[in-house]
Amino acid sequence: MTLADSLSRPTRRRRPKRRSQWKGLLYIAPAMVLVIMFFILPVLFTFWMSLHKWPLLGVPRFIGLNNYIRMFSDTRFYSALGFTAYYTVIITIAIFALAFPLAIFVERQRKMVGVYRTAIFMPVVVGLASASLLWVWFANVDSGFLNPLLAWLGIVDLKTNFFASFDSAFFIVCLMVVWKVAGFTMIILLTGLQAIPTELGEAARIDGANRWKRFFYVTLPLMRKTMALSLILSVTGSILAFDQFYIMTAGGPQNKMISVVYYIFNQSFVSFNLGYGAAMSLALLVILVLISIFQLWLLRVGEERA
Amino acid sequence: MTTKKEARARRALFGAGSYHGTGILLAVFFLAPFVITILSSFRHGTEARLPPIPPWPTNGFSLDAYRSLDSFGAGVWQHTLNSAAVAIGTALLTVIVSLLAGYGFSRYRFMFKNALFVLIIATLMIPFQSILTPLFIILAKLGLNNSLIGLTLVYVTLQLPFSVFMMRNAFDAVPKEIEEAARIDGARDLRLLVRVLLPLVLPGIVTVAIFAFLNSWNEFLAALVLLSDNSKFTLPILISAVRAGRLGAIDWGAVQAGVTVMSVPCLFVFLLLQRYYMRGLMAGAVK
Repeated sequence: MTLADSLSRPTRRRRPKRRSQWKGLLYIAPAMVLVIMFFILPVLFTFWMSLHKWPLLGVPRFIGLNNYIRMFSDTRFYSALGFTAYYTVIITIAIFALAFPLAIFVERQRKMVGVYRTAIFMPVVVGLASASLLWVWFANVDSGFLNPLLAWLGIVDLKTNFFASFDSAFFIVCLMVVWKVAGFTMIILLTGLQAIPTELGEAARIDGANRWKRFFYVTLPLMRKTMALSLILSVTGSILAFDQFYIMTAGGPQNKMISVVYYIFNQSFVSFNLGYGAAMSLALLVILVLISIFQLWLLRVGEERA
Repeated sequence: MTTKKEARARRALFGAGSYHGTGILLAVFFLAPFVITILSSFRHGTEARLPPIPPWPTNGFSLDAYRSLDSFGAGVWQHTLNSAAVAIGTALLTVIVSLLAGYGFSRYRFMFKNALFVLIIATLMIPFQSILTPLFIILAKLGLNNSLIGLTLVYVTLQLPFSVFMMRNAFDAVPKEIEEAARIDGARDLRLLVRVLLPLVLPGIVTVAIFAFLNSWNEFLAALVLLSDNSKFTLPILISAVRAGRLGAIDWGAVQAGVTVMSVPCLFVFLLLQRYYMRGLMAGAVK
């Protein structure tokens, strides 16, 4: 790239450098204005707000670090963090447990494989809100589809209300998310699988490695980078979960399903403690940036060894 | 000899059978919820509260569910129009802004070029969920709170990291000679960009537009926070209000109709432009 640039420059008619500088900036100006206005500024403003008692109406009052002190002693914030971590672990395992076999299933070019891939991928393109609404009806005890189906299979009683207890409600939410997201993770993993040269598998087979050995000693190590990427996408996505809990369980039985984003939403836009919401947002942001840095580190480690 | 061949053929047949069996089972699991919801939404009003057994309308095809959905908020047309305006507006603006930025980043040299590019991409690391509170206040200061335009601008910003990255790569792939030739023919700047380069980066534009459309059509939390006026609600907000119930009763027929209205456009756009969608996904994954 740079080499090509420096080679082609002498042949090009030299134009006043300053003018072209301005032109370049002009082209990127709209994007920069939007990013500064609706991203950089809000991030800085979050910090500023977090130092204030900031009601929806009326004058904000500077209170220093009080919001942070409150946060560190807020048991509901801790339980939101705990629930989010629990959800993240369970859902990530569930998604991978399904998506990996799916990726292997659709890897080889066979008849109809395109159709199966597309079918599995379809739930990915609808919104999480649509999927939540669909499944909350599906799992409804009086009007849904799941009760008759599972009763017919003899798994549960026809009159089981899934949303009455934490475990069954949590199971339904996870079922919905896995249904919605597995296709996405499958495609990401598929790109990793297809990047592995087939000769490696062949060579291992000739050396006498069986199918499982080939998977564990050839396929998995070569997929580290893809695995890291899809893992991080799944983890960050789950930490930010909101729609499914808001729509499907409204916080769940005994408010046990309040995720971090949900709690921030409640504090900011239901109780209108905007300053406190900002402090917790910043905590969430720090957690996620740390995870992103960890991701970059993980990816780099993968690169060096590959 | 023949028995061996037969055994192999039988094994191949069995393999193909279990392959297609698994495939069909998976396809049913991932598609059935859509099919059942869409079919159920056309049942008679009296059937709406009953389980969808069988899922198709038994008392004749009916639009009752859509009629009752229409009685919520400002009517389903108004809310569909809100969603469409936001989604199409986001797609258009994202294309324009990222086309210009991608061109600028690919073809011009200027101060802090790399730093500014990294700045745009780095916003991917920061979840918008964590800046909703200040966004709410900033939009209010701009007089854009509770407005579809404000929401659209926020959505465009959220799309920019991915889109600018896509468009810069698209321009990088266009040989410089084409531009030189067009320049000699007298085409400059915007005219050069629109007349000569635009057709060459069209696949990138389609990818950017699809993602912008789908993401803004489906987005829930920002719309929930930033829109307070009932008549401004986008579809996801409307249908979640329907699901929350009215006078303690939930109109499941209207929910089925709502889910249908929300998801069919997405499925349609995806099936129509699948190639471009997958390209975008791969670009994101490979990066």
